[in-house]
Amino acid sequence: MSLIHLSSPHVSKANATDRVMRLVLIATLPALIALTIFFGWGSLIQVLLACTSALAFEAACLWMRKRPMLFFLRDGSALVTAVLIALAIPPFAPWWVVVIGTFTAIVIAKHLYGGLGNNPFNPAMVAYALLLISFPAEMTQWNAPFVLIGDNWSVLASFTDSLVIIFSSINHGMIDAYTGATPLEVLKHRGGMTTEEVWRNNPVLSQGVFAWYGISAAWLMGGIFLIYRKVFTWHAPFAMITTLFLLSSLFYAGDPSNFADPFLHIGVGATMMCAFFIATDPVSGATSNKGKVIFGIGVGALIYIIRTWGSYPDAAAFAILLMNLSAPFIDHYTQPRSYGHARANRGIGGGK
Amino acid sequence: MNTEYRKISLDGLWHNNPALVQLLGLCPLLAVTGSVVNAIGLGIATTVVLIGSNLTVSLFRRQVPEAVRLPIFVMIIAAFVTAIELLMQAYTYELFLILGIFIPLIVTNCAIMGRADAFASRNPVPAAVLDGLMMGIGFTLVLIILGAMREVLGAGTLFSNMHLIFGEAARAWKITLVEDYRGFLFAALPPGAFVGMGLLIAAKNLIDAKIKHRKELIKDSQAVTTASKRVRIT
Repeated sequence: MSLIHLSSPHVSKANATDRVMRLVLIATLPALIALTIFFGWGSLIQVLLACTSALAFEAACLWMRKRPMLFFLRDGSALVTAVLIALAIPPFAPWWVVVIGTFTAIVIAKHLYGGLGNNPFNPAMVAYALLLISFPAEMTQWNAPFVLIGDNWSVLASFTDSLVIIFSSINHGMIDAYTGATPLEVLKHRGGMTTEEVWRNNPVLSQGVFAWYGISAAWLMGGIFLIYRKVFTWHAPFAMITTLFLLSSLFYAGDPSNFADPFLHIGVGATMMCAFFIATDPVSGATSNKGKVIFGIGVGALIYIIRTWGSYPDAAAFAILLMNLSAPFIDHYTQPRSYGHARANRGIGGGK
Repeated sequence: MNTEYRKISLDGLWHNNPALVQLLGLCPLLAVTGSVVNAIGLGIATTVVLIGSNLTVSLFRRQVPEAVRLPIFVMIIAAFVTAIELLMQAYTYELFLILGIFIPLIVTNCAIMGRADAFASRNPVPAAVLDGLMMGIGFTLVLIILGAMREVLGAGTLFSNMHLIFGEAARAWKITLVEDYRGFLFAALPPGAFVGMGLLIAAKNLIDAKIKHRKELIKDSQAVTTASKRVRIT
């Protein structure tokens, strides 16, 4: 008789992994729909590609590790990782980008560390960071939202043309017609203009920014749905968004011509996705509620610091990975008092 | 005597490999293994220094006072590194420029210091020289494997720029595995070296576990044939 080893928390049926993962998958649907509306069919193709390749890598790893294959394939954790990667990368990135991403996430970041529950880093963010460092050209080629590209939109609106763009290797001349910078990139490379001038002169911000606001709103919807269904608590997302908002307000109030306004920081880039779908990862994040608040504050502060003074326009992946590294430390100092003990076993000398 | 040399060789190449087991000299190992040619260059330089320092340390092992042995070892190693540096500057100038600071830094390579203190200062000259040679080869092989992995993944080529060491004829050794390769920066950057190194160590541990498992199987089968017919059931 083989007993399947499962990692903690050992709770009863109410929050089994497969149910949680299914709810998370449902919660990513608004974002997928929003991305498809504003940026074309690319995201949907990436999601299908990512799910197929992630399941294949997961099955191969489980087979090599002699683990029960169907049981772990059905829990849907590989699918969640795959969908998050697919929705994080540019919708029309070449097919091999997302396949390398799922390989990194499933094989390197998850199974080499011992599989689901044992990974110190969020697999999707490991994959994203690796892709961003390795393929800067492909990973920064976001296409512009439909309002900005006029006639070229017909290409992105056609499913077969989208397939051709993603699967053909020579598309650089073609893709230049409808790629554009993201709002955070525009702000980063503004060449001496004040924030207000960028807002006025750059169509990405003056006309196109609502597309990014729309996507953030979709992530927010999914996140609120998950809090409502008690998949995770509000602590980490709330702490992260509040920290980012307060920090950006502080600097924006001090020098509005130089710094981006707080609503832009909240509304564009990966903020909302990171807050609700990455920072809430039960495996790689902090465990206690107090720990989750500290984790969220750390992520929010790091995102602001890297976005504003770092060399990359967005920072969610790096911020999350750095905080993943600190999560055991945070847990060590925020361990709650357990029943029957007068004091909590935390900090140096804890557990004695 | 023969078995002792055999043990020294096996230790250097496998059981006590400076890179895979002792995890010494990681700084140059991770920094310069972007291509096979860099790996061979640094590997040869390190091996020569190891042999020279082991030889010298072993020769003077009775004259060196215990209390100041480390500074003396450092000076011996530094002398050989300076010689290697000048030699590379004279004969492989381009490679010297590529490897840059990592040639002088061989002085601080813990693998060399470790062998001088742990082995050469306690053993006769022939054993010490053999130890230096085998440790050097073991280190170089790991460098070359890691360099090959990173060159293939990072640039899509193998054995490029070999003329920097082996002369003009070696220019044609370059194998382009993937035409029009876009490059995989992660493998070429230090994080890729860490991941590659981790995979190599994992592979070594896997092979060791397999060997151990096989030996136990053989031992068990022998034990079964020699022991009585009683079978233990658990």
